[in-house]
Amino acid sequence: MRQKTHPLLIAFAALTFAFLIGPLVIIIGTSLSETSYLTFPPEGLSLKWYENIFEISAFRRTMVTSFILAVGGTALSMAIGIPAAYAMARYRVQLPAFLGNIYVLPILIPEIVLGFSLMKSVAIGADFPIMAALFVGHALLVLPYCVRVVGASLNAFDFSIEEAAVSLGCPRWKAFFLVVLPNVRAGIIAGFILAFITSLNDVSISIFLTGPGVSTLPIQLLAHMEQFFDPTIAAVSVLLMFVTVGVMAIVERTLGLTFLTK
Amino acid sequence: MPRLRAWALSAPALLLVFLFLGLPVASTLATTFGDPAGPFSQYAAFFESRFRMTVLWRTMEVALITTAVSLVVGFLTAWVVAKAPPRAKSLLIIAAVFPLLTGVVVRSFAWLIILGKEGILNDTLLALGIIETPLQMLYTEFSVIIAMIYLFVPLMILTLVGVLEGIPEDLTDAAASLGATPAAAFRQVVLPMAVPGLIVGSVLVFTGSFTSYATPQLLGGERQMMMGTFLYQRAMVTFDWVGASTIAAIMVVVTLTTVLVMSKMARRLNPVAG
Repeated sequence: MRQKTHPLLIAFAALTFAFLIGPLVIIIGTSLSETSYLTFPPEGLSLKWYENIFEISAFRRTMVTSFILAVGGTALSMAIGIPAAYAMARYRVQLPAFLGNIYVLPILIPEIVLGFSLMKSVAIGADFPIMAALFVGHALLVLPYCVRVVGASLNAFDFSIEEAAVSLGCPRWKAFFLVVLPNVRAGIIAGFILAFITSLNDVSISIFLTGPGVSTLPIQLLAHMEQFFDPTIAAVSVLLMFVTVGVMAIVERTLGLTFLTK
Repeated sequence: MPRLRAWALSAPALLLVFLFLGLPVASTLATTFGDPAGPFSQYAAFFESRFRMTVLWRTMEVALITTAVSLVVGFLTAWVVAKAPPRAKSLLIIAAVFPLLTGVVVRSFAWLIILGKEGILNDTLLALGIIETPLQMLYTEFSVIIAMIYLFVPLMILTLVGVLEGIPEDLTDAAASLGATPAAAFRQVVLPMAVPGLIVGSVLVFTGSFTSYATPQLLGGERQMMMGTFLYQRAMVTFDWVGASTIAAIMVVVTLTTVLVMSKMARRLNPVAG
């Protein structure tokens, strides 16, 4: 027997979703306006603000930096996060359970505290170049996603398959790459893409580590907003929304979006 | 041998966390106790300064209001989502995930357009004749709170949809068949089972809004300084690293205490575990 949801509740939920989606629709609208100020509904229709993004060299540069950082930082984090997640799932008896808590420390410690501390100790204290410090910061930031999303897949993996391969004479490292990894591919892809978007959108760590000549897209957006308040920012925002759509499509195809409600 | 292998595989990740989180954060915390006037003099100075306490209380207030509103809005909405037919449910989940995965700068920017002096809300209210002069909505606590709620409602919805789906419908049916009114079944069956999830969601929203930077920076500015923007200002504008470290330490203590106390409470209140 399925209970009916009260119509007032449904109306309330509809309002909530209007509240969630409305502002994003407004951004899309303002990005299409012909006017040089932000207005909604748009006056006239034009794509000139999208062209303008690529005419501003700071946006071109920071887009490339942000992309390299998100892919590179996530790859680094995966390279060390997958073995850690594997060890946690495979050697549950041999490893203390608190290791799992250590890997999520980057979420637990306020991001802005982490950014400030990295600036002090790593960028200035250890004299890391800007890009290196950003790499380390972003790899650290996304480590929890790598370990936990891959870990969720590994926990569902039947390790006796791996044992079968090993007992049939397959070297352990080879069994890992040929048997374990292909079986948790969905988790790796989903973890990678969630980490990627987290890194791409990061403000609190990057704001402390960017410096002369090297910046990321969100930091550049913040800087641009302080000087100009034109539809270019709206256009960049829309581009970023396209990235979000791509990310969602990939998560849906791998673990399914309902994974995010767990 | 397996033990060695297990530690060897974990070593790189542990090293990354130790070197680039453990040491730097420990050094930040340690700086706050190094004052020649006494180990706690930085904290004494913080708690005696009227300005700094205003920032701390404002941050607490904004974070608490954001959490409370997100909790109510998120719970009611998640309820509808969890009970929706499968196809509608996946659409609604998409509608909640989309803003969640869109960057904080983009989402805060939306509210700059809406709440600005010549923004959409003021234009609309003027056109409707409700107000005669544009309202100052930006750089007020109101604008920060609205944008924060906007930021965190999707997170709350998604957390609670998972929780509510985990409560078997048989239980409410059983309560009904034993004569419970829907309200009583909700109060005595559903709510107690949802409490741990409500706590988890609230902790996520509270710590997230307590430590946020971009949103208070864009919508609150200098006038509505919060702990995050205050830390940044101390560190990068006035270069007072010890002062910034003290703010950082207070943020760490507040968030960790919240997480520890509340997760202990969530475990204790969990009717299934108890």
